[in-house]
Amino acid sequence: MEELFTSGRNIPNIDPYLQIWHWPISVYLFLGGLAAGILFFAAIITILGKDKEYPTAVKKASIIAPIALVIGLLALFYDLTHKIYFWRLYTTVRIESPMSWGAWVLMFITPLSMLWVFSYYSEIFPKWGLKYDFLKKFEKFLIANRKYMAYALIPLTLILGVYTGILLSAFNARPLWNNAILGPLFLVSGLSTGAASIILLSKTKKEKHLFGKIDLGLIIIELALIVHMIMGFYAGSEVQLEAIQLLIGGDFTVLFFGFVVILGLLIPAIMELIELIGYKLPAMIPAILVIIGGLIFRFVMVEAGQLTRYLY
Amino acid sequence: MRYAMLIDTLKCVGCSDCVVACQTENDVPMGYCRDWITEVVNGQYPNLDLELKSERCNHCDNAPCVRCCPTGASHKSTGGIILVTANECIGCGACIESCPYDARYQHPEGYVDKCTFCHHRLEKGQLPACVSVCPTNCMYFGDLDNPNSEVSQLLNNRKHKTLAPEAGTKPQVYYLL
Repeated sequence: MEELFTSGRNIPNIDPYLQIWHWPISVYLFLGGLAAGILFFAAIITILGKDKEYPTAVKKASIIAPIALVIGLLALFYDLTHKIYFWRLYTTVRIESPMSWGAWVLMFITPLSMLWVFSYYSEIFPKWGLKYDFLKKFEKFLIANRKYMAYALIPLTLILGVYTGILLSAFNARPLWNNAILGPLFLVSGLSTGAASIILLSKTKKEKHLFGKIDLGLIIIELALIVHMIMGFYAGSEVQLEAIQLLIGGDFTVLFFGFVVILGLLIPAIMELIELIGYKLPAMIPAILVIIGGLIFRFVMVEAGQLTRYLY
Repeated sequence: MRYAMLIDTLKCVGCSDCVVACQTENDVPMGYCRDWITEVVNGQYPNLDLELKSERCNHCDNAPCVRCCPTGASHKSTGGIILVTANECIGCGACIESCPYDARYQHPEGYVDKCTFCHHRLEKGQLPACVSVCPTNCMYFGDLDNPNSEVSQLLNNRKHKTLAPEAGTKPQVYYLL
């Protein structure tokens, strides 16, 4: 039997457990992954020269990306407590700090996503023509260089997608976050929500079908990664065993298994599989489930992670 | 130079004088503290074992807070003291999340604050406030690079431990057993 008392400590947001990162962080991690997923597919399809066949992926869906990134950035900014010094992020490059990587990637990918959408301006809004000559020239310039933008987007989206997970996994003080699979897991989850939003917006059968297949593959990978994550915890040290209890038999079990694993992954996978075989199902339902599941997954990890700690 | 603090758990009575001294010396805002007392009770009645100790930032040699800070506000200063430069800190909370000892907090003004080993006193040749007031003299402070210093000698001669060494942080606050 061991009992630990700590006297003289009731620090706001630290005791009895951490409440340093709030809902804006979860929302941002979700939106960052979503934007990364959408832009990744837009870039891949453009590089493969299939942008005429899959118009939603490169055009309509990509509008979500800059909006998601800007809302995400505002959410991040909102959660800073010393806001007026936020520019300090951009006076230094800290290779060891995931957050520094994220800040710099966002610095490049946010304007790039806006340029990408702008290059499709005349196609997306044919009625509202560009009024100024220099804007028309600029759009032409962007259209001519779309492929180069796509090549730049591939590494940037992959870094953005992985970083949303590594941001958490780099903290060994929070055992639930401290697992190496979180980076790839968040990347795959982000790509999956990206594919789902393309399905949601797409009007053509061919496009829905392709992204349904892609999403199904991503969900299967995600499920495998979640199994690996849980196995890793069970093979881990005492603090990790305690941490995974939150998801396996604790406060977050219903949220994690009910909303993330079953409603957010298994049911959409089964529905997409049924659709693939040839039965007609509304493609919207699995897509919406995947997106909601992705959002809840971020909330579960951010909230539960802050409850786990080293005990000494 | 490598500063270290030693706390003799056999002499500590848990009076909290170090806590109050720190709050006074460093103008720690109301409701916050940079150091605190923990009481660990081991065993089953009537065979109980009580350990009292004063805890604070461990000024880790391998500091996760310095590693994850995106702006470089958290940094290692002379003698291995981990400091936060307030006007470089953006209040992102990454260092608080990274600390296995939960030794950091958000100052009401927004930046992150914690124990500094009273580096402003060290510059004047004085001991940290907590060490200087301890009524049982259970705290020692000095340079581990100097083999003849009091702290080096004590670590050579006494059994000691650090907190959560499995976190890999190489803490520089040692507890004599």
